[in-house]
Amino acid sequence: MREERSDMSEDEDGGGGSAKSRGGGGAPPPFSDQVLENVLENVLQFLSSRGDRNAASLVCRSWYRAEAQTRRELFIGNCYAVSPRRATERFRRVRAVVLKGKPRFADFGLIPNNWGAHFHPWVCAMAAAYPWLEKICLKRMSVADGDLSLLAYSFPNFKELSLICCEGFSTAGLAVIAEKCRHLRVLDLIEDYLEDDEDEMSDWMSRFPETTTSLESLVFDCVGSAVNFEALEALVTRSPALRRLRVNHHVSVEQLRRLMALAPQLTHLGTGSFGSAAAAIPQGGNNVVDLVNTFAASKSLVCLSGFRDVAPQYLPAIYPVCANLTSLNFSFADISAEELNPVIRHCHNLQNFWVLDTVRDEGLQAVAATCKDLRELRVFPVDPTEDSEVSVSDVGLVAISEGCRKLRSILYFCQQMTNAAVVTMSKNCQDLVVFRLCIMGRHRPDHVTEEPMDEGFGAIVMNCKKLRRLSVSGLLTDKAFAYIGKYGKLVRTLSVAFAGNSDLALRYVLEGCTKLQKLEIRDSPFGDSALLAGLHHYYNMRFLWMSSCKLSVRGCNEVAQRLPHLVVEVIRDRDEDDDGEFVEKLYMYRSLAGPRTDAPPFVKIL
Amino acid sequence: MEGEATYVSDLDNLKATELRLGLPGTDAPEKPTPASPRGSKRALLAADEECQSKSKSLGADSSGQEAAPVAKAQVVGWPPIRSYRKNSFQARKAEEEAAGLFVKVSMDGAPYLRKIDLKVYEGYKELRKALENLFKCFSLGELSGMEGCNGSEYAITYEDKDGDWMLVGDVPWEMFISSCKRLRIMSGSEARGMRSSP
Repeated sequence: MREERSDMSEDEDGGGGSAKSRGGGGAPPPFSDQVLENVLENVLQFLSSRGDRNAASLVCRSWYRAEAQTRRELFIGNCYAVSPRRATERFRRVRAVVLKGKPRFADFGLIPNNWGAHFHPWVCAMAAAYPWLEKICLKRMSVADGDLSLLAYSFPNFKELSLICCEGFSTAGLAVIAEKCRHLRVLDLIEDYLEDDEDEMSDWMSRFPETTTSLESLVFDCVGSAVNFEALEALVTRSPALRRLRVNHHVSVEQLRRLMALAPQLTHLGTGSFGSAAAAIPQGGNNVVDLVNTFAASKSLVCLSGFRDVAPQYLPAIYPVCANLTSLNFSFADISAEELNPVIRHCHNLQNFWVLDTVRDEGLQAVAATCKDLRELRVFPVDPTEDSEVSVSDVGLVAISEGCRKLRSILYFCQQMTNAAVVTMSKNCQDLVVFRLCIMGRHRPDHVTEEPMDEGFGAIVMNCKKLRRLSVSGLLTDKAFAYIGKYGKLVRTLSVAFAGNSDLALRYVLEGCTKLQKLEIRDSPFGDSALLAGLHHYYNMRFLWMSSCKLSVRGCNEVAQRLPHLVVEVIRDRDEDDDGEFVEKLYMYRSLAGPRTDAPPFVKIL
Repeated sequence: MEGEATYVSDLDNLKATELRLGLPGTDAPEKPTPASPRGSKRALLAADEECQSKSKSLGADSSGQEAAPVAKAQVVGWPPIRSYRKNSFQARKAEEEAAGLFVKVSMDGAPYLRKIDLKVYEGYKELRKALENLFKCFSLGELSGMEGCNGSEYAITYEDKDGDWMLVGDVPWEMFISSCKRLRIMSGSEARGMRSSP
């Protein structure tokens, strides 16, 4: 399962602000100041939270310099907010970098290919500036094999590479990483899209050093091509520190069993297919017994995922570990409530659970009955279309809210919902930090009362006082947004689609949500005057995305003129002509770097 | 502006001629129309959406496994599911489709067996029709055996992974095709025995 670090989804940013108000170091300070700075550095090195660091850097120049010298982890929430050169000049002793690129709506096909977010300029700058770099984590970046190669050759002490939702590289790039990064501890490939030509795939699994490795985590479930299993087996054998292993669906159940037997110390396991779709499985009950025994021997397992082609007869094999599981990802497993029940019954310690809606409300009721410690639930649709049949609904939501009082984060796809159910959840789950409800039919009202879903979402923002992330859906009027603006004082991330009646809705949000940092809107009737209502706030935000709304070039131009440190991108779809006044897609973000130079032809920067 | 009028009247025509599979009188919830006129291309997309959303594919048997094929113009990026997830299900389906699942079909009284690809059928109805077509040359009467129909003398059975002979139609289609090794169309008393058991 993809474990989002807390850094990734929240943004305690003043980062843009602090960098904005101070320039570089300037002339060297006098000796006494130098001593003070050394003392300061010894103190500031203990600061880990980047929010605290940003605040410290604003105190005075001395603190600014001392903080810059002691910052070990660099978090760049938007790769275009600052230039690589500027970042590497200010922070000179960085050991770990987190870098995020495309806006989230790129995941849903709303951004044409080659929009940007190239890793290349960053890896070049870092290769020169940070020879002792150990960790890189990229999300939604475009990464080429050449970049991976440069990385592998430039950082002799490199230890951890995480690529999340990235694209542009192939197994050839992985081969260089495997071969050259001799101290590699973590190679996590999470939901990436690999460019692999079927004829030119690389046997990267064989390229790891032949000696004992320091590997702790190897995640490659998103790699579409089969890996060399003998090489994988041999690698696992000589990686005594391995704790997390997630294989892709080409690894059969029998092969998985062999790997598990070699690594009983695993804490996190991704099972690949766990079924019969992959290589031929010999029939017979022996297999299941062996599998059960192997699971029973894996006493440290706390996190299970995979199950891509799960054959129901293999599911009982995981019973021995269920009681220890804190995290279970069944979101690729097409199983029914009957198949889920015997598994979930044992999972008393579960905190994270991802599942497909094939388990229906009954399945969720079973979860609610057992998983009293549940913190995060995600229910995905097996058939992600607007007209799919009802499988989970308000019934399941209410059951979860009653059984899982400690819930902090929920993502729930459904076809029908009621205000009453959402209100109930808002009262039962006071710890909610993330509430994302996706009623898949657009503009769909409460299916019992036929009313808009305003009251439900209103209750969420009113009652869940810790709420930081909200995604709304269903039929919503401006009233819902009035609630959000009035009560959503801690909301940092808001996603809106097919909602609202008028500009008022967006105004409420921009004027009321003082902590808002990420706002993504699509297909809602908000125009220029609403856009202009947020001028006071846009410098405090990481970005604003608006697509298929009612914006015009004139309005966007005005924003661009009034806020010179905002980069205002108008993106059109490849085959659309220049539509003149109408803006189909707007993406704007604060930046110290000014308009980017790598924008493709379909991006116009105002 | 002229172009726009044409598109609007085209929309009306489209609506009049659109095929709908719902019961007469039912309607999808009205979408509130925006005040200002949309770009012409987007109006066309909206018309497409209406047509597509009403004409759902006949995948009722297949437990909703089928993700909407790319050719059907659904709204881009909605519902917001990552292409990674969508592709996993589609890719798996494609793999299965490529592989094919050929099973032998025997019929009591027929001189030779046939072979069919279970992957090409979407559900039990289609399978039954196909089997009727396959064996009608033997003029052995109409087939039954699906979901407890009574009438003629045949029962369609299959051998599953454990080697047991099961009546076709009890389990969800996907489960059936993943466990079916061969088919046998039973006749006479054996068939009656199969059908009458609970």
